Amino acid sequence: MSKKALLSGDEALAFGAYEAGLKVACAYPGTPSTEILETLATFPELDVQWSVNEKVAYEVALGAAISGVRSLFACKHVGLNVAMDPLMTSSYTGILAGFVVVVCDDPGMHSSQNEQDTRWVSIYAKLPMLEPASPREAKEYVKQAFEISEKFDTPVILRMTTRVAHTKEDVTLGDRVVPQQPPFERNIAKYVMVPGNAYGRHIFVEQRLNKLKALSEKTKFNRIEPGDKKIGFITSGVSYQYLKETYPDASYLKLGMTYPFCDDKIRAFAKTVKKLYVVEELDPFLEEHIKSLGLKCHAKDPSFRIGELLPELMPAVVKGEVKHEIKAVTRKPRLCPDCPHWATFATLKKLDFYVAGDIGCYTLACLPPTSALHSCLCMGAGVTFNEGWRKGAPDKKIVGVVGDSTFVHSGITGLINAAYNKAKGVIFILDNSTTAMTGGQQHPATGLTIRNEPTKKLILEDLCRACGADNVDVIDPKNRAEFDALVEKRINEDALSVIISRHPCKLLRQ
Amino acid sequence: MADKTYNITFGGTGGQGILKAAEICGWAAMYAGYHVKKSEVHGMAQRGGSVESHIRFGKKIFSPLVQQGGADILLCFHPEEHDRLKSFLKADGKDLMEYLEKAKAAIENPRHLNTFLVGVLSAYLPIKPDCWQKAIEAVFKKKYVEENKGVFLKGREMGQL
Repeated sequence: MSKKALLSGDEALAFGAYEAGLKVACAYPGTPSTEILETLATFPELDVQWSVNEKVAYEVALGAAISGVRSLFACKHVGLNVAMDPLMTSSYTGILAGFVVVVCDDPGMHSSQNEQDTRWVSIYAKLPMLEPASPREAKEYVKQAFEISEKFDTPVILRMTTRVAHTKEDVTLGDRVVPQQPPFERNIAKYVMVPGNAYGRHIFVEQRLNKLKALSEKTKFNRIEPGDKKIGFITSGVSYQYLKETYPDASYLKLGMTYPFCDDKIRAFAKTVKKLYVVEELDPFLEEHIKSLGLKCHAKDPSFRIGELLPELMPAVVKGEVKHEIKAVTRKPRLCPDCPHWATFATLKKLDFYVAGDIGCYTLACLPPTSALHSCLCMGAGVTFNEGWRKGAPDKKIVGVVGDSTFVHSGITGLINAAYNKAKGVIFILDNSTTAMTGGQQHPATGLTIRNEPTKKLILEDLCRACGADNVDVIDPKNRAEFDALVEKRINEDALSVIISRHPCKLLRQ
Repeated sequence: MADKTYNITFGGTGGQGILKAAEICGWAAMYAGYHVKKSEVHGMAQRGGSVESHIRFGKKIFSPLVQQGGADILLCFHPEEHDRLKSFLKADGKDLMEYLEKAKAAIENPRHLNTFLVGVLSAYLPIKPDCWQKAIEAVFKKKYVEENKGVFLKGREMGQL
């Protein structure tokens, strides 16, 4: 009998990739995508890594695919922004063995700083995109994604949302089948994207899009479910699941391959129903395209582009009603009692600093009554905002804060920039020796790999000195008096200083 | 196997073991042969924020989320979260809030609250005892399986009274 397990979308995707013969997987942690790599790391025959950041992860995984082994890159939606540089040109280079780009969007921002809709990337980068609507589909689609990747010489984007990534479903497990490895060869015209070669590859990309469109027309992932002819829904992802609960008898065109669009199938489906509705979360991605085909369709009110859709909202969404905003009364997250960040922020608040913040648990220091963190933009901006803010507000007491994992991800270049451009001030590296917010993953400065194996440990204090910081202090913020005295001393110096505020996260396993 | 679809909403705060409780229930329903979907939210919620998890099982399940007013059973680990989530309960749904204080009084180790309350919940669901036992084996590390089986059974007894 085949084995079953209750798996999340992330876990099911990982099992599917494993069964498809995946060899290399790279990512930086990010909710709701983190568990993909954590699951893959449990298979000893795979080469799995937490990379320094998403750009690095993408390049290592793509390089592996070009060398001949099936590879996977995973990230959250904002993580893809960091990897956009390699992603755009990888559309031109294509691959040798299958390469899948998994992106998890977070409608409703359960744990994110924006609600960007990754589906647009597929148009922009001219890459095919699959959208599973459940963990079972995640497992099935990732296998197909490797096949498409190899058949069409393309990275394949596999997009999930939080409600797919973090839904668990009973899933059947299968055997691992490793395809024969194609030989790695030099191919300058394909892999050296200088203008002359890139022109030729752009021609290839446009031809590939036409072939992928033909695939989109015939794939079973774009499925017509005939039903009541009065109402027809074109939908994808978790919206399909919600609709099926409320309108079980309607006709459906359920899209699993959402780019390139299957125009012929869409037109054919539209002809069979009296009233056509497009239901999708976030941006009007399907809606705008379907309207551009000259088809008359009903879509949600723009107010529903904000936040996630929920099953009980379906009637209002379908009727085109304006969203009725309900004030959430959920208990807000806060720093754990006894968290070392409390000590650091007590000092920053007492000294009334303007604090350029970053992304991590410590972002929660913005919440009242502490209110001692004054920006959160993207990974690394705690370092660079310190420099930027000083340009317009030189009379203010400005500092920057960044976590240890975040500093390694995107803060290092900002610190070098500050030193090079003669910026001053104090940057605090809030070093709790883990990637805490996403559940405690390893990174280069912990000296352990994704499998907790010892590796070369990045010494942050040495690195900061090499970047050009005038002073680098390492101090435990829980030594309050000593910490306060050091901060007061450094803030009054005409220097670029780094204070590594080091105390391990209390959630770290001892 | 019952024809009906079962909808259960779990609620509490980060660190109370809500996700683990829902996990046991999900595995048990799977072992009983149902199609199961369970939703949860991770990330920031772990930092003491509201945590909720929904489980739906039956012959064929679409939405991973229980609708407002759609839960057959509501199991909350915290009175304030109960206030927030009671709108999920069906008019004739079963609210297990009455067991929270009794459960707290019945356990020696506060970490056992989730398993105990799952035991209570099990008394209200058409899932056989061996499926629950297998679920506990699947969800807990080996060294915690036996103690949790014991706690579960005590909870189940309370639910069956």
